[in-house]
Amino acid sequence: MEIVEPTNVYAYKLITKKEYFAPGHRACQGCAEALAVRLVAKALGRNVIVASATGCMEIISSPMPYTSWRVPWIHVAFENAAAVASGAEAGMKVLMRKGRVPKKKITFLAMAGDGGTSDIGVQALSGALERGHDFIYICYDNEAYMNTGIQRSSSTPYGASTTTSPAGKVIPGQMTWKKNMPEIAAAHTIPYVATACPSYPIDLVEKVKKAARLKGPAYVHILSVCPTGWRLPPELAIKAGRLAVETGVFPLYEVEHGRYRFTGKIEKLRPVKEYLKIQGRFRHLSEEMIDTIQKRVVEEYEKLEKKVEMTEGD
Amino acid sequence: MGKRIGLEVSLSAAEAVKMANVDCIAAYPITPQTHIVEHLSELVNNGELDAEFIPVESEHSAMSVSAGVSAVGARAFTCTSSQGLALMNEIVHIVASMRLPIVMILANRSMSGPISIWNDHTDVMSIRDCGWIQVFANNGQEVFDNVLFAYRVAESQKVMLPLIVNIDGFILTHVIEPVEFWEKEQVERYLPDFKPVYTMHPDRPVTMGGVGMPYVFSEAKVAQDEPLIQSKTEIITAWKELGDIVGRYYKPIETYRIEDAETLFVTQGSFGETVSLVVDALRDEGESVGLVMDRLWRPFPFDEFREATSQAKNLIVIDRAISYGGQGGPLAIDIRSALYKGENQPNITNFICGLAGRDVTINDFKNIYHKAMEKVKENPREEDFEYYGVRGK
Repeated sequence: MEIVEPTNVYAYKLITKKEYFAPGHRACQGCAEALAVRLVAKALGRNVIVASATGCMEIISSPMPYTSWRVPWIHVAFENAAAVASGAEAGMKVLMRKGRVPKKKITFLAMAGDGGTSDIGVQALSGALERGHDFIYICYDNEAYMNTGIQRSSSTPYGASTTTSPAGKVIPGQMTWKKNMPEIAAAHTIPYVATACPSYPIDLVEKVKKAARLKGPAYVHILSVCPTGWRLPPELAIKAGRLAVETGVFPLYEVEHGRYRFTGKIEKLRPVKEYLKIQGRFRHLSEEMIDTIQKRVVEEYEKLEKKVEMTEGD
Repeated sequence: MGKRIGLEVSLSAAEAVKMANVDCIAAYPITPQTHIVEHLSELVNNGELDAEFIPVESEHSAMSVSAGVSAVGARAFTCTSSQGLALMNEIVHIVASMRLPIVMILANRSMSGPISIWNDHTDVMSIRDCGWIQVFANNGQEVFDNVLFAYRVAESQKVMLPLIVNIDGFILTHVIEPVEFWEKEQVERYLPDFKPVYTMHPDRPVTMGGVGMPYVFSEAKVAQDEPLIQSKTEIITAWKELGDIVGRYYKPIETYRIEDAETLFVTQGSFGETVSLVVDALRDEGESVGLVMDRLWRPFPFDEFREATSQAKNLIVIDRAISYGGQGGPLAIDIRSALYKGENQPNITNFICGLAGRDVTINDFKNIYHKAMEKVKENPREEDFEYYGVRGK
């Protein structure tokens, strides 16, 4: 995949210069999650209501009495962003129907990290997707509980060393495979599911805009490189995101009304080792473990290719 | 005057919610709350109530959805019991701190375990300190009236706090009682539209639910407790105006035949009606006895309670909940605190009974009365209390 396609040189100019997620927040250096949040805010513009889960993005953006949010933003708890967003959506729908608030298009966004999505928030998310609220759910996946100090989640990849899956003498880090949240979301047969990464900003913005355009629930899973938690120099955050895509570890694709489509098909996957070796959390991996990961990545990628073929996407 | 009809209390409660013209109902089924939400979904699906019925996947989401609803400025209703309340506990606390005036009916049921679907007050007592306004109801009519009262008080800009109407599961929820409905015009006069100062809308962005660092946390909590304490004024006004409109006057502390009474029963919820009959019977037998019913539980009406009990020599506090390892039931503990250092402190005896729906009959209350009279001779200490009617004790 071309990192910057020729048409996209112009496309950058179409992204608004306005910042809805203001600078001055307290994220770590090189935080790709904050970058992703900023891009999502740009993609959605001012007519949005955001419900945020507890987590890094909540604490860095809302220490009372300050706020980084130039759009309406609410935080209630850790596991309920999808439920709070469904309430806001339903409430606003009634208010507009009853004429108490003037009619206009408002996008409802729920946002959470991977813990708030694939672990503690999966029930509320599943409920909201099933009920069919017109909202977007974005999971900013940095592959562990970074806010509480890098504990493993069900989204932590195999082999990664975290503070609750440390690379020990007997057990070398996380021994389970990353939960496939986009597939779980897609199983709800909602109109739109996509994966994205801020290393590919145009692709990310386009997907979020599409998610807002389509009526009904949409789920966007954004791989958000965390230099602090991944033990990676901040300046490599963007590169790590690209390597995740180019090695096939994190394929970019979308599922629109059940049709799978690659948005950045990788013709020849780069060796997964290139992605792993720049991150301290994988420092301890044996060649054998790297092989196991390599095999699994190819297998999963091929599975995805078959889904694209089967559903006649392109 | 509105029409007076016989109806199951759950159904009339739902009709009151309809009259309050709520915008969203988010609920998850749990016995004995079910009839209320079933009827509401029927009203919505038949087009009789223009609202969104959101059948959530858990009580945790019921309260979370209600938070979202209320935050955009719409009127939210939810309803639960025991385990459901426990599951939503986290959010129950948060919505109070966020000053979201959600109204919830709590069909009181015992907390597991052992699991039981029957009535007592162990559920509500588990969230005594959650920051909500909490009221109890004696009968179906009070439930109906207090739903409209609930929105009126909760949404008042001087208050802006969530409110729980407690109704005894089965004992009230599943019985048919005569209830006088309000006229539409009466509701309009009593209950204004919900107009919060801050709502979530793109035209006026606000941040809700930010992080409270140590340098703001205590201030934030005091700013939450003060309006709760002060809400009593608004509560009393709202009950007074309710009375002026429909002719039924409610007070934070209700009394029955307390004049010259040496001994007073103290109850919460539907026990009040039973004990009023006991008072009549005991008075007929020449006993000097009366009844004090606590309707307003939080904020606790200290002044009103002290005034109602100022002449009494003995109080018999009936608790329908346990404070494990504590000084009796939660109501007795609060009452002892309320009367501490007062003049003419009465003897306080405390009986815990009616757990998980066990019947407490008129004869039982008479027994309790005589037991209490024996106990006061021994000058009971504050940690003395009795589980009444327990086999093998």
